[in-house]
Amino acid sequence: MKRNILCTAVCLLALVACAEQDGPLHPGDNDQRTLQEALLVAEPGAVIELAAGRFELDATLSLDVEGVTLRGQGMDETILDFAGQAPGTGGEGVLVTANDFTVESLAVENTLGDGIKVEGTTGAAFRSVRVEWTNGPDTNNGAYGLYPVQVTNVLIEDSQVRGASDAGIYVGQSANVVVRRNEVWENVAGIEIENTTGADVYENRAHGNTGGLLVFSLPELPVKDGRDARVYDNDIVDNNLPNFGKEGAIVSTIPAGSGVIVMASDNVELFGNRIHNHQNSNLAVISYLSTGRTYNDPGYDPYTEGVYVHDNEFVGGGDMPNGPFADAFVALAGGAFPDIVWDGVVNPDKLVDGAVPDELRLYVENNGDADFVNLDLGSVFAGEEPSVTTDLGPHRGSLPAVPQPVDLGAATGAGGP
Amino acid sequence: MRALLVPAVALLAVAGCSSGDSPPGRGPFAHYPQTLSAWGLFAGELSAHRPAPGVEPYDLNTPLFSDYALKLRFVRLPVGPGGTVEPALYRESGPFGFPVGTVIAKTFAYPADYRVAEARLRPLETRLLVHEPDGWVGLPYIWNEDLTEAELAIVGGPLDVTWIDGTGARIEHTYQVPNANQCKTCHRTDGERVLPIGPQAAQLNRPFRYTEANGVYTGADGSTFEENQLERWQRIGFLEGGPPADEAPRAPVWNLAATGTLNDRARTWLDINCAHCHNLTGSGRTSGLDLRAEHDDRTRLGVYKHPVAAGQGTGDRLYGVVPGRPDDSILVYRIESVHPGVMMPEIGRGLVDTEAVALIREWIQAMEPRTEA
Repeated sequence: MKRNILCTAVCLLALVACAEQDGPLHPGDNDQRTLQEALLVAEPGAVIELAAGRFELDATLSLDVEGVTLRGQGMDETILDFAGQAPGTGGEGVLVTANDFTVESLAVENTLGDGIKVEGTTGAAFRSVRVEWTNGPDTNNGAYGLYPVQVTNVLIEDSQVRGASDAGIYVGQSANVVVRRNEVWENVAGIEIENTTGADVYENRAHGNTGGLLVFSLPELPVKDGRDARVYDNDIVDNNLPNFGKEGAIVSTIPAGSGVIVMASDNVELFGNRIHNHQNSNLAVISYLSTGRTYNDPGYDPYTEGVYVHDNEFVGGGDMPNGPFADAFVALAGGAFPDIVWDGVVNPDKLVDGAVPDELRLYVENNGDADFVNLDLGSVFAGEEPSVTTDLGPHRGSLPAVPQPVDLGAATGAGGP
Repeated sequence: MRALLVPAVALLAVAGCSSGDSPPGRGPFAHYPQTLSAWGLFAGELSAHRPAPGVEPYDLNTPLFSDYALKLRFVRLPVGPGGTVEPALYRESGPFGFPVGTVIAKTFAYPADYRVAEARLRPLETRLLVHEPDGWVGLPYIWNEDLTEAELAIVGGPLDVTWIDGTGARIEHTYQVPNANQCKTCHRTDGERVLPIGPQAAQLNRPFRYTEANGVYTGADGSTFEENQLERWQRIGFLEGGPPADEAPRAPVWNLAATGTLNDRARTWLDINCAHCHNLTGSGRTSGLDLRAEHDDRTRLGVYKHPVAAGQGTGDRLYGVVPGRPDDSILVYRIESVHPGVMMPEIGRGLVDTEAVALIREWIQAMEPRTEA
């Protein structure tokens, strides 16, 4: 009988060990197997704890169980090292295809492709994660660091990305997104919000990238027409790194020294940002048409409509204009690039009595002594003489309906802001 | 009795949780057979792959490239209460409607020497797709050294293999068995459900040589017979519905010019190698690239289409496909690569399909350039 009781206790212990995790997973002889198996057999909602140390991985780690939290002991303590990844084992470090995923307090280093990709889910939270290519900027580094695509309810906070050959933090074709308190440096693009509806991007620090922060809407994608972004209280400084992206990728066209670029996204509010010392331009608001890139997508809207730029601090910059807009500017007006560059392209089909409707206009106010230029490239495209102007008068005022704050809700697993 | 039962349970539980050399099929995989033999798909010596009664071997017109591995394919349909087979339902496109209880098996194997016909095959892994009431489940089994058994290995992993190729060259290769999630990466073709890919009308519409060795031939004279797979499946009650084979769609064999035009063969190769992800709803949908054979929208095929998230995968090229210029086409760059950040497909191969790359190059070379500005 005594033995029976003992057995029951052992049995229970063993069962508990099965259901919960038996302490954190430690680096060992076969980290790939250890971690991948944990991800495969995880119960929904499980927390997978990783001990401090360096895990040597040779294949993509993939997760397809809902509600899992992958948690290390800190972004400098728990390191997933993908330098040894073999061909045919996946295109990223970590690939997640399940809802309500959280990754926190760990680092992903030297992936041959993307860092952490979450695809087609609801609820993804990245918290205190570092993705780094430790060799620094290199054309052959992986493309994206933190990479949710077609995800609803995204939270990226307190994280760091360095060395991405495309965008450090890339949120694509997603909805309801909060990106806050992150630091991105030495990437081609620091942060890119692309074809995304509803994004609050705040208190981030983007420095030393080719371009600091991009809010883009691109053609030929299943989810189009990004809108409703609020970009505020960010430090976007000294993003003057020579572009090291591979040609063909849209970011490879970003001129070195681009602070913030808004392209083809609608209803974008930029406020309270410190945008300093970008040798090309501190802020560019442009239509996709001005890139000169062709596309075949009748459903795509290339115009940037409803942008409100207010209460930002612009310092320096514009001293080494380069790239296509700069060429146009130098040809048309000459001198240093102003802080705020607008290509002046509007959708002729939406004009009412020759004027852009209020909700589609560009508004610029309370930005200190920031200067401005309207390149009027629309006239250039129409074969007419452009009327380049630095007059901000037509842009006084505010957007009739500013984007609403993003509400991630409590039930997403991503947590509210 | 109870006292006896408890230690047994305890032992089981302990075995199921030991962290050192943990059993291959824990968690949601624990209730599946841990060995291939336990599925009863094969009669006699396991590695001979002689199908058990009720198991049909089959082949595809144009298969997925898997590092030159040869593939042995089998399907077993469930048998109803009356002892009759529950048939698959014919569909004009996409995989047949296989009933719950279907097991599809695919063994990846290498001959020691590709120049020797009938050379004994060295199986590396056998992947099962099992149709459960709530959907299909993918299970990878890895063969042991003695080839006496294959064991469930949900984590997959690398296997070293060597062979002599058709030119007499010795190839040493590290073959990657996918993990159970990666089964889904390819087989979740609609972005939601795991589905079979190969067994569809156009791919099955071809003759198959049935022999005693593959368990089908029952004659005494040792001869073999050839029969169209669709017709046989209809005849033996494996398939319900569908037209006669000569009225059903038929995919070309990608490397047999007599079976289709250059365009048709290239499109079929892209369809089976790429379109499980690159369709309107699969995981490659986020790129906007749709490589299914069933449409002719050039932009969706990548023609003059800018890349989106290719990163270094562009290879400094501007468009997915540039008609007449394979060396300027990202698609070619990516199927010629074995760099994990560049290569396509991302999983399932670690070698370049040289012959297929030549086909795709030829296809792009022959494409009409755009005439508009």
